[in-house]
Amino acid sequence: MAHHQLVIIGGGPAGLAAATTAANAGVECLLIDEQASPGGQVYRAITDIPPQRAKLLGPDYQYGRMLVEDFNASKAIHQPSTTVWSLDAQREIGILHNNQAALLRADRVIIATGAMERPVPFAGWTLPGVMTAGAGQILLKSAGIVPNNGVVVAGSGPLLLLLAWQYMHAGVTINAIVDLSPKRNFWTALPHLPRALLAYHYLIKGLKYQLELKKAGVPFYSGVADLCALGKESIEAVEFTHNGGRKRIETPLLMSHFGVIPDSHLSRSTGCHHYWSPSQLCWRATIDPWSNSSIEGIAVIGDSAGIGGAVAARHAGRLAGLESAHLLGCIGSKERDEKAHQDRRWLAEDLHVRPFLEALFRPAPNLLAEPENDTLICRCEEITAGTIRQAIEDGHRDPNQIKFLTRCGMGPCQGRQCDNAISQLVAHELGNDIEKNEGYRIRPPIRPLTIEQLADLHEAGEAK
Amino acid sequence: MPSSFRRLDEPGRQWIQVQIDGQTVRVAAGETVAAAILASGIQSCRTTPLSGQPRAPFCMMGVCFECLMEVDGTPNRQTCQIPVKEGMQIRRQLGRGRGYI
Repeated sequence: MAHHQLVIIGGGPAGLAAATTAANAGVECLLIDEQASPGGQVYRAITDIPPQRAKLLGPDYQYGRMLVEDFNASKAIHQPSTTVWSLDAQREIGILHNNQAALLRADRVIIATGAMERPVPFAGWTLPGVMTAGAGQILLKSAGIVPNNGVVVAGSGPLLLLLAWQYMHAGVTINAIVDLSPKRNFWTALPHLPRALLAYHYLIKGLKYQLELKKAGVPFYSGVADLCALGKESIEAVEFTHNGGRKRIETPLLMSHFGVIPDSHLSRSTGCHHYWSPSQLCWRATIDPWSNSSIEGIAVIGDSAGIGGAVAARHAGRLAGLESAHLLGCIGSKERDEKAHQDRRWLAEDLHVRPFLEALFRPAPNLLAEPENDTLICRCEEITAGTIRQAIEDGHRDPNQIKFLTRCGMGPCQGRQCDNAISQLVAHELGNDIEKNEGYRIRPPIRPLTIEQLADLHEAGEAK
Repeated sequence: MPSSFRRLDEPGRQWIQVQIDGQTVRVAAGETVAAAILASGIQSCRTTPLSGQPRAPFCMMGVCFECLMEVDGTPNRQTCQIPVKEGMQIRRQLGRGRGYI
């Protein structure tokens, strides 16, 4: 079985920074990434993007190029187009590359799987033509593909504005920006504003996007509730409640967004400790200031441990890289602490804006906890909120029991799309603390693996 | 019905040909199968195994598994993760298809 000193899983800003830092300090390290080229979702396609498209995406995106150049200049080994389907507490890693499954072992593992968009079920969210805003951005970044006949962007969170702004510059017709953040969020966010002003550049950017979009005449609807997508074979219109009345807007595309949450399936499958974050509304790995998890030799960094954004992820990555170099005997604790000093300061400064953003863009509680009975919660197995409520009424008391009974969360996505919603729905119905109910128990293989691929792995092991 | 998506007019795009449900379609090199499907005006990539509802790519980053299609004879491929290749055979996956998971 191949063995490495350090294996980093994920090639976004956190993983790239960790790998570069560790490798430069003398650690032998391998970075495994699902994507074909480094950058993660935030800097997707950064290495081969045409200049015209890169300009459209703005300077924040282009910063990713420096991260990738530093990584390429380091001695870290890059293994792209590879999925990780298993990681256990002994740091045995199951990978799949070119249809070939294999096992690796590492002295230390850094999980840098990043974020995914928070799945929020609403009526019609499974219709073709309804996508996430992140999907829209990936189409733009990686393929230069944009809406052709207009789009409605709806939900809450900074990405919504950024996508609309980028679309506007690409000449896309934006039929409407529909803001589902509850209006009272402004007041709960206000106490966090003074601290957020310490990272004022984020706020200025947000205001600039908003101002430019309004100036261009893009229709804005704020304080919106009860969003639904309507259509037969694909979406034809969106409907929502605004200023006490129902509003309907015809559109062939809806891009929805309700913030991002850690992609925590890999960290949860290792069994390391996680807790429910009431401010981020998601499961977060419990980590120390160097991002070490509760399991010896496994660290969880950047957005995969809790949402902080690309800049914070980069600093957390460097800190974890230094910590690995120290624990693997390449640098002493004094050198580690000295080199970490600047990143630790920058990390703290960058995170100042988070409590304000989390409060301002917090999704309405009823969106996640009180979906309509006929809304699909589990997209794969087509399980409605009504079926889940029935299961609770019949005496099933946590998401795992409901999963066994209804098959909710047992489809191809393995619960990635319903996990967050079901935790909140069950807690709401039972009047419980989410922590008590746990989330779905995540078990390997956490990525699709065929019996043939698994059998091949066995043969390779026997041959040795 | 006109396509819901279009490719930006960028100089230097390379084009290749793939087969989508037996039709020859020109797509841009480097894009994923899911992106190529959307840009080619195909609205749904599959129907669900249970009720037969049409579905289309949703997250484009490998976490929703809505973009499953048959690629070069293998069903249930996550098409948002697979780059297009010259001559690739892409098929919509209908219901349980040939390899229901």
